Amino acid sequence: MALVDDLGRALERTPGGGIILTSLDAVMDWSRGHSLWSMPMGTACCAMELIAASFARFDFDRHGTIPRADPRHADVMVVAGTITRKMAPAVKRLYEQMPDPKWVIAMGNCAVSGGIFYYDTYSVVRGVDEFLPVDVYIAGCPPRPESLQDAVLRLREKIRAESIAPGRSRPAKLVLPSPTDPRAGGVATADDGSGEG
Amino acid sequence: MTGQAEACGVDAHLLQTGDELVVNIGPSHPSTHGVCRVIVHLDGEIVTHAEPVIGHLHRGIEKMAENRTYLQVVPLTDRLDYVGSMYANWAYCRAVERLAGIRVPERAEYIRVVMCELQRIASHMMSIGSTGADTGATSAFIYAFNQREQVVDLFEAVCGARLTYNYVRPGGVSFDLPDGWIEQCRAFTRSHPSAMVEIDKLLFGNVIARQRLKGIGVLPAEEAIARGVTGPAARGSGVDWDLRRDDSYSVYPRVDFEIPLGENGDAYDRGRVRLWECVESCRIIDQALAQIEEGPIKAEGLPRLLAPRPGEAYDHIESARGSLGVYLVSDGSVRPYRMHVRSPAFQNLSVLGYLAEGHTLSDLVVILGSLDPVFGEVDR
Amino acid sequence: MRIEELREHLCSVYPDLCPLFSVEFGDGTLTVPADRLFSAAQDMRDLGFDLLGMLTAVDRGETFELVYRVRSREMSAAIFLKTEVPRDEPRIPSLVPLWPAADWQEREVYDMFGIVFEGHPDLRRILLPDDWEGYPLRKDYADERIIRRPDYI
Ligand code: SF4
Repeated sequence: MALVDDLGRALERTPGGGIILTSLDAVMDWSRGHSLWSMPMGTACCAMELIAASFARFDFDRHGTIPRADPRHADVMVVAGTITRKMAPAVKRLYEQMPDPKWVIAMGNCAVSGGIFYYDTYSVVRGVDEFLPVDVYIAGCPPRPESLQDAVLRLREKIRAESIAPGRSRPAKLVLPSPTDPRAGGVATADDGSGEG
Repeated sequence: MTGQAEACGVDAHLLQTGDELVVNIGPSHPSTHGVCRVIVHLDGEIVTHAEPVIGHLHRGIEKMAENRTYLQVVPLTDRLDYVGSMYANWAYCRAVERLAGIRVPERAEYIRVVMCELQRIASHMMSIGSTGADTGATSAFIYAFNQREQVVDLFEAVCGARLTYNYVRPGGVSFDLPDGWIEQCRAFTRSHPSAMVEIDKLLFGNVIARQRLKGIGVLPAEEAIARGVTGPAARGSGVDWDLRRDDSYSVYPRVDFEIPLGENGDAYDRGRVRLWECVESCRIIDQALAQIEEGPIKAEGLPRLLAPRPGEAYDHIESARGSLGVYLVSDGSVRPYRMHVRSPAFQNLSVLGYLAEGHTLSDLVVILGSLDPVFGEVDR
Repeated sequence: MRIEELREHLCSVYPDLCPLFSVEFGDGTLTVPADRLFSAAQDMRDLGFDLLGMLTAVDRGETFELVYRVRSREMSAAIFLKTEVPRDEPRIPSLVPLWPAADWQEREVYDMFGIVFEGHPDLRRILLPDDWEGYPLRKDYADERIIRRPDYI
């Protein structure tokens, strides 16, 4: 995407670049939103529903969302399942390997907040938003495959509002919040990324 | 090693270079069936040493159970073996029932048997399908998944959930069968065996799959016993051991079924044992549905808050992966003092290093798949 | 095989183990002192208990109780084998030479309780990362990352 990023920067400098940029944005967002290849980061039970979603009954492919196990080919990471402290570094690393622009869907209560494993356990990260910027949250334990499809459609809406102007890339949060209060670092909301720039 | 290379139709010296190479697979890898990391030492293409690194899904369920009431632990057991949630539910409930001396009504026992046999089908479909995907026959996965979805529909009709059922409860089951469910289930058990024959032809009859599976990961019967391998992984080696028959529980003594056995103990036999177990499961379901009678589905007079006498109990059932046991220690309070799950997938996975030695790297994936690990249960 | 028959059989073959055998909650249990565990386990294996089913530990305050469940396919019977080790010096011989099945399960007990199995070929943490501190399944395990579940839920 380096070329496109440079294009945005160059156009901004030209007088009247804004108008060209909005039209370009529309084209870019349309093309990005309609073929979101997903990186299935299925770790636990929710992964079963993630697999079910891409098979005959629910047929995920019709939305242009094809599961690619390779982070280098993927646009959106679907984190489906519990993330433990032992697993978190691997997830973060895979996220960093994905090319920009990239999005994250947190599927299932575990990925949203730790879910059923919020209390009493010593090894579970309470939500992937502790270290990744999440775009769409899906509640459920596990969510039905339909919810996942809905999440992709919502993500598409969100992408429609994005711009290719500079400052879009969103690095993974590198600092884990203090362990005593998992929420101390603040929940990464949908707008966090563009603000940080 | 050389024999293996010959079986692959490749000169041995091309496969082995004499230099050691260490390759890390996972923890997020499409063919590890979850979050397993394997550190593989390679000599050329041949695995000289493979060491699974597990624990990436260790969620501390045993610790959590110590701060929950007996009923609140049931949903946690769902998350252990998430391809076969009913089993862990049932094994846990059996341990609680033994501890608290609860007698389960007959109808509930029949329903449990029917559910667990359906679960066996659903779970084996996942395993057979992924064997197909591992060997490049993705179409088999789609056929198998179709069968799985039909079972999941049956579960959904009974308890409203597709994956985490929370259905078997101490003293019985949570809901009775809805109207028309038995007919729906019969329709499935009628159509399922022919689908199995079809998958048998499609996958195990396929020449590519045969070559990828036959003679791969041979587990001798004595090794299987010594290393504590149970379930289809052991039966593929010809170990005639099935808790449903050999330590019979619930209403299994009243139904007639056979236990498919493999001969060679390779990935091929393990897969086919699973396949024919599904057909036997259909027979069990049919008989159980014919014998089931009206009646209560929950033990009478059960207190809301169970507080069994101090003591301990161990009970086990035959899950889709082997003997799944739950060990409970009570100190007389409303919470378990200690819960331990004897996980068959954990035990089966421990032979991976032994099996993979001398095979090629691509076979490692097949061997891992043929052991059918579910990491929720391996790591707990 | 019924428990009474099992006891008779056991007593006739190994009279010295007989007084250690008891029936608790319907299960035959052989409680041995820690230094006799290995020989008792060996006797059990020679008697025909070929499957090591479960292996775990329980935190009993001053001591850790080790629980082994062994099963004989031939006799169709299972018994518990129990022993205790002191909390401040938890060491016990490993049973891997008898049942290789004990390998990973002993590693797990070491990981969760810190009980050292002497003679184990490769005693390392298995479920938790190698640099983890403490042994989580001990009752006194303290970790500020744990949020206790409030009682009203
Ligand atoms: S949200 Fe529920 S179903 Fe999904 S991974 Fe967590 S426990 Fe499993």
